[in-house]
Amino acid sequence: MNYNWDWGVLLQQPYWGWLWSGLGWTLLISLGSWVIALSVGISAGIARCMPNRAIQIVASVYIEVFRNIPPLVQLFLWYFVFPELLPDALGLWIKRDLPNPEYVTAIVGLGLFAGARVAEQIRAGIAAVGIHLLPAALATGLRPLQAFRLILLPLGLRAVFGPLTSEFLITVKMSSISLTIGMLELTAQSRHIENYTFHGLEAFAVATVVYLLLGLSVTGLMRVIDRRFGAAKYRRASS
Amino acid sequence: MNDFDWGVIARSWPFLAEGMALSALLVVVSTAGGILLGLGLALMRRSDHAFIAGPATVYVTVMRSVPLILVLFWFYFLVPLVIGRPVGALASALVAFVLFEAAFYCEIIRAGINSVRAGQTEAALATGMRRSQVMRLIIMPQGLRAMTPLLFNQVIIVFQDTSLVYVVALRDFMTTASVVASRDGRPTEMYTLVAVVYLAICFSLSKAIELYGKGRAR
Repeated sequence: MNYNWDWGVLLQQPYWGWLWSGLGWTLLISLGSWVIALSVGISAGIARCMPNRAIQIVASVYIEVFRNIPPLVQLFLWYFVFPELLPDALGLWIKRDLPNPEYVTAIVGLGLFAGARVAEQIRAGIAAVGIHLLPAALATGLRPLQAFRLILLPLGLRAVFGPLTSEFLITVKMSSISLTIGMLELTAQSRHIENYTFHGLEAFAVATVVYLLLGLSVTGLMRVIDRRFGAAKYRRASS
Repeated sequence: MNDFDWGVIARSWPFLAEGMALSALLVVVSTAGGILLGLGLALMRRSDHAFIAGPATVYVTVMRSVPLILVLFWFYFLVPLVIGRPVGALASALVAFVLFEAAFYCEIIRAGINSVRAGQTEAALATGMRRSQVMRLIIMPQGLRAMTPLLFNQVIIVFQDTSLVYVVALRDFMTTASVVASRDGRPTEMYTLVAVVYLAICFSLSKAIELYGKGRAR
């Protein structure tokens, strides 16, 4: 292999700065889409378990559609197709006046994709702690939503803490596909450095290490939280 | 929007079919190669020797924590360097896919093997079988039953993943559609078509796996 390694290039400006800003955008996209994924996913997960047939079907359709279309295609649908389907005035506003359209599209697209996966986890969590708690909760006089909010969700969320952590890490990795609509996140910036310096492998190596560290620290942090809040203990007791 | 032109799909159909063929090739090669390499990695990770299990664990952890797009970029530049001459995007993408998906197949296979109770191994060893025989005749047949739904599920994920070769300008189904979309100025029709086709294929496959799993549980 004939490659002239030169790590010094990365320490020069502007390349070092590019990597930093790339990391910043990766975090912003991941966190933004995770907020959407959690709120939509928890709502859809609860809706999926509701005793009402119509609500169940709506939630299932959302989950199946958003899980079975590749996230890249979803992103393109939101970016290129969605504004065309809206009434003219609104479509024009999105195309012309929406601040930071690529970022908004990225977090909505990735968030709704991850939301469908989160919904499945939430449903599994509620099923694991026992949907049979629902009639008991209703018998105490709670309304269905209260029963989910106060009884099933707190228990169910703890049961799926580990899978949700994996889903978050998948979202972090998925944030890289936003480069296709022009977000300059970490992967895009390392590709960018290759274009300018022909020292792409060094930039890819740094990006790889950053993703790895990000993954390991999130996993470590979540393990600590899991232990602190007694969910790990709860799992041990139930198994 | 009011002039939805379905003709563009009919006109570009042969081109799109070529794209779908490339997607299928990527799925087949990365699944076959990924399972083979993944099996090797899974067996390595089960080894008692740290210098055999260690590298496999590091490999799987690294591959599982980086985005596929970054891996595609890596091999897009690395493969020609290693071989010493340009090899084209397809060869690089195939290498990247096999090496990337192997890490995921490894974890599925490992979980399948671990689902077989330790008593089975002990009993088989007590009958006088060698370790390799125990794995081949006792553990694998049972583990395989546990891992098949997950393996099929991973094939669906791989199929969705293949759309990402867009970033190295390889003409799979997604990329051919986007080429037509920008050439004919018809993004609405093309991306809607792409979404519907992926949805139909992935949804029916996942339902089939679900039914298969249910049928077996009975």
